Amino acid sequence: MANSTTAKAKTVEPAQPATMMSVLAPAVGWLIPGAGHLIQKRWIRGLLLLLSIGALFVLGLLMQGHIYKANGGDILDILGFIGDLGAGGMYITTLAMNGGQGAIAFAIADYGTKFMIVAGLLNFIAVADAYHIAIGKKQ
Amino acid sequence: MTVQLTHFSAAFVFALFASVVFGITHRDTTRDMVRYGLYCFVMFLGGLLLAGWAMWLIRR
Repeated sequence: MANSTTAKAKTVEPAQPATMMSVLAPAVGWLIPGAGHLIQKRWIRGLLLLLSIGALFVLGLLMQGHIYKANGGDILDILGFIGDLGAGGMYITTLAMNGGQGAIAFAIADYGTKFMIVAGLLNFIAVADAYHIAIGKKQ
Repeated sequence: MTVQLTHFSAAFVFALFASVVFGITHRDTTRDMVRYGLYCFVMFLGGLLLAGWAMWLIRR
């Protein structure tokens, strides 16, 4: 008796050809939030993403949040680093300027830390969205 | 320069910006983006207020 799972026809999506834009948009979008949309002429979406993600990250810094560096220690530190890394250019600039040292004395500084991590994670979503626009999966 | 936000204003700002990004990235048409962004914002703040009142009741 034929297995029902093998009998089912698998629907395989055709492979998307790698265009220049499908590579460029996510890369630029990671470096500068919203830029992946801007180079594809989604002006309002790009500007709103830049404003939202940029403001979250900058507010996090101004709230004296802590920025995570590459580490191999505690799992939460590693996850914090991955989140921060999503902010791309803003994260690199902050590290280069030796910012984001964090202030243990303020409870609100912990909110700042979370703001920056979430800004990075939201930018990952924005990068995926820019890629979907580039391959024509989304308008 | 530092910014000192209250707990509520920090949550408000967080909800606002996260909702904008969710709306743009999770829906296809402009109308759906606005609707979903508003939905997320209301859910964020509604959840915040509910959790706040729940904690107040537990503390009593």
